[in-house]
Amino acid sequence: MHRLIALLLLLVLALPASQARADAVDDAYEALSASALTISPASFESVRQGVEQLAASGDPRAAAVIGALHDGLLYAREDNALFIQQPDGTYVDARTGAPAADVTDDDVHTVRVNNAVRSAIDAALGSLQLFAPDAPTRLQAASAVFTSHDPAALPALDKALVKETDSGVRRRMEQARAAALLSSSDASETDRLAAVATLRARGDIDARGFLGSLSGQPPAVAAAAATAIIAIDRQLELWSLLQSVYYGLSLGSVLLLAAAGLAITFGVMGVINMAHGEMVMIGAYVTFMVQQFMHAYLPGLYPASLLFAVPLAFLVSGAIGVVIERSLIRWLYGRPLETLLATWGLSLVLQQAVRSIFGANNRDVDTPAWMSGATQLGGLTLTWNRMYIILFAIIVLAALMAALRFTSLGLRMRAVTQNRRMAAAMGIRTPWIDALTFGLGSGVAGMAGVALSQIDNVSPNLGQGYIIDSFMVVVFGGVGNLWGTTLGALTLGIVNKFLEPVAGAVLAKIVVLVLLIMFIQRRPRGMFPLKGRAVET
Amino acid sequence: MTLERSTYLTLLLVLGGALALAVLNQATDAGSALHVPTYVIALAGKYLCFAMLALAVDLVWGFAGILSLGHAAFFALGGYAMGMYLMRQIGTRGVYGNAMLPDFMVFLGWHELPWYWHGFEWFGFALLMVVLVPGVLALVFGYLAFRSRVTGVYLSIMTQALTYALLLAFFRNDMGFGGNNGLTDFKDILGFNVQADFTRSALLVVSALFLCGQFLLARFVVQSRFGKVLIAVRDTESRTRFLGYRPESYKLVVWVLSAVMAGIGGALYVPQVGIINPSEFSPANSIEAVIWVAVGGRGTLVGAILGAVLVNFGKTWFTGALPELWLYALGALFIFVTLFLPRGVMGLFARRRKLAPEPEVETPATAAAHEVTG
Repeated sequence: MHRLIALLLLLVLALPASQARADAVDDAYEALSASALTISPASFESVRQGVEQLAASGDPRAAAVIGALHDGLLYAREDNALFIQQPDGTYVDARTGAPAADVTDDDVHTVRVNNAVRSAIDAALGSLQLFAPDAPTRLQAASAVFTSHDPAALPALDKALVKETDSGVRRRMEQARAAALLSSSDASETDRLAAVATLRARGDIDARGFLGSLSGQPPAVAAAAATAIIAIDRQLELWSLLQSVYYGLSLGSVLLLAAAGLAITFGVMGVINMAHGEMVMIGAYVTFMVQQFMHAYLPGLYPASLLFAVPLAFLVSGAIGVVIERSLIRWLYGRPLETLLATWGLSLVLQQAVRSIFGANNRDVDTPAWMSGATQLGGLTLTWNRMYIILFAIIVLAALMAALRFTSLGLRMRAVTQNRRMAAAMGIRTPWIDALTFGLGSGVAGMAGVALSQIDNVSPNLGQGYIIDSFMVVVFGGVGNLWGTTLGALTLGIVNKFLEPVAGAVLAKIVVLVLLIMFIQRRPRGMFPLKGRAVET
Repeated sequence: MTLERSTYLTLLLVLGGALALAVLNQATDAGSALHVPTYVIALAGKYLCFAMLALAVDLVWGFAGILSLGHAAFFALGGYAMGMYLMRQIGTRGVYGNAMLPDFMVFLGWHELPWYWHGFEWFGFALLMVVLVPGVLALVFGYLAFRSRVTGVYLSIMTQALTYALLLAFFRNDMGFGGNNGLTDFKDILGFNVQADFTRSALLVVSALFLCGQFLLARFVVQSRFGKVLIAVRDTESRTRFLGYRPESYKLVVWVLSAVMAGIGGALYVPQVGIINPSEFSPANSIEAVIWVAVGGRGTLVGAILGAVLVNFGKTWFTGALPELWLYALGALFIFVTLFLPRGVMGLFARRRKLAPEPEVETPATAAAHEVTG
């Protein structure tokens, strides 16, 4: 009941308003026909005003009519009725859009335009987009008005603002209105100050540029604009700082993924595995093969291929790791330098094997749709694939720590690391644990390969690029300490990204390497050294 | 100083072989059955330069226990110093005909010679730099590393990072060393055409002389009192320290000496192969040099020379005959030598004569025994 009353009330209130609007629209339509019938300065002026009135009226047919005028397809009859010629030569009523079958070419005359009318049409078409039914178009139109900041768009903006429901578009329209207002000659100082505040709140590089270009403002407004520019600059700096941190975190998590496996094999077992990068590379090729397989046999699951690739890469790389440990590395315990050489040889063999099987060229690994694209957070651009890699790194690290801490295998691993003889005396099969630990480290490297396949070229040389960085991370963080590895990776990533804008990518890398070499000189055992007598061995 | 048979044999083979090749190249006609083609001369010269690098690696690895994975950096720096001299000798014969600037600088639109290129028009200055640049870098790096007692694998990884950083740096065009393409298109060395047969033969003999000189010097160093302390440092650094020696000083001296030896090898390498580019800095090259030493026999000096020549001969043959198998062979060599031939080819002779100071090594059998008991 209440609802019905409310509805009625609304109708009653709305009626006079819509009545008044209809009158304005009638006048506008009539004015448009002027130049079709008589050619004089007054008739063109009438058309120009008609265009502006129609554009400002918010009439649903306005865009079509002005568009037709723009294309020279608007015709008028002797009785001032307007028609639009269709591509097939027939006519429709301009006012209603209904077909007008009885109208022939002889009955109507083209509505003529001159330059003044043309510029009015262009402005009108621009602001008419503000009333488009879909939000992205309106947003685009608002942005366009902001860029042109033409005071003529003010009435249309005001009308559009009343109707706008989307908050994002609304904000952009208000900013456009502020810009137009500041550009107009007759706005009050209060309005101008409010406009400056709006633009200051926007706080991006465009707002800064516009405020910087202002001239001829009252002193109070100019001062407000100047402080706004300073505030925006500070804000922009903050955003770019945050953006660098984000890039750094993303690079750091890539390094972390690559180094996490190494932290197990090198950090926990003390085995220098120069073939670690090849485990990463194998993980990336597993991703490639999983995608190929799904593409051929299970196209429905293709978007989820990465989810299948992760465990498979872990298993494949892990199994290869166990084989390597049993066949090669176990003969070399206690001889780190020989281990280094032998595993280097192994890495050459693995690279060449992959090259023989898959060819030397890069292989295409697709990024699934849910991982591509980016999102905007304030002044930050966050790309999805980087976000997922950060997330993935966190999950892998947490899983690894949990495995070492809470599983029986993890317990035995730690026991063997701390005191091999004692562990053996307690009945732990140390050779088997060695193999599994090495397999775990290699498997983690394989999972890193799945992530790296999303951001790097999948080629036989993929692992080579990460091996030195990974060792640096592990050594920097302190051997045998996953937290140290994490902190090391993130620090290196962020330092690298902060240096990049200053020094360029390659030089930044060199500087980081040199800094690391200096750091290791000062703290030869990394940030978090193992304490106690174990250090000497 | 007495010389044992292996030393005599090495000197004789290196010098005699180089001289014989040079004479056969120069004194016979191209059609003669005894004629040695020039490409063989160039190859032999290359092997001898690699042998110098191997000798340098053996000196630090075999006698001081420092496994350097970045020795090719010193080799390449020596090579770049020589390359810069050779670039300046081109003069107006470059593509752009600029008397002052090498072609790549003209190409990059530079108008002045960078300050660090000055002086390289004099051969003596270039020679000084061949010694100084690797030497000073090794001195700074070694001083910092040994003073803070960075040892073992950590040191190896840092040397690798060093050469990697240099690799990235030399790839940059802004560095003024020709970027990606490096230095090439050499014309003259001391007024002789580097392409000419005579120059190549002469360079081969000079390389042989330098190799023999380095070999004798290294031998003298390791057999002196200094060398004995060095071996003690290699075997148990902390015990040597407690006996009152300063291991870092001993290591530093031999480290710098080794770097200079590698640099001289690089300087002789460049005119013989006709190019030096940043890929010489790649960590893989340094590790390959280590495997030459391992193949020949670590800690024997003679073995380093033997290993370098053998492996590189194998590489030349493989890359010619079965190019796609070369990396398999090299990789298998790494694994085979470390597992089954821990004292290298020289270890095969050592059974008969006590020749090599034996680094403590574990064979698979003893390692397995360890594992069972451990």
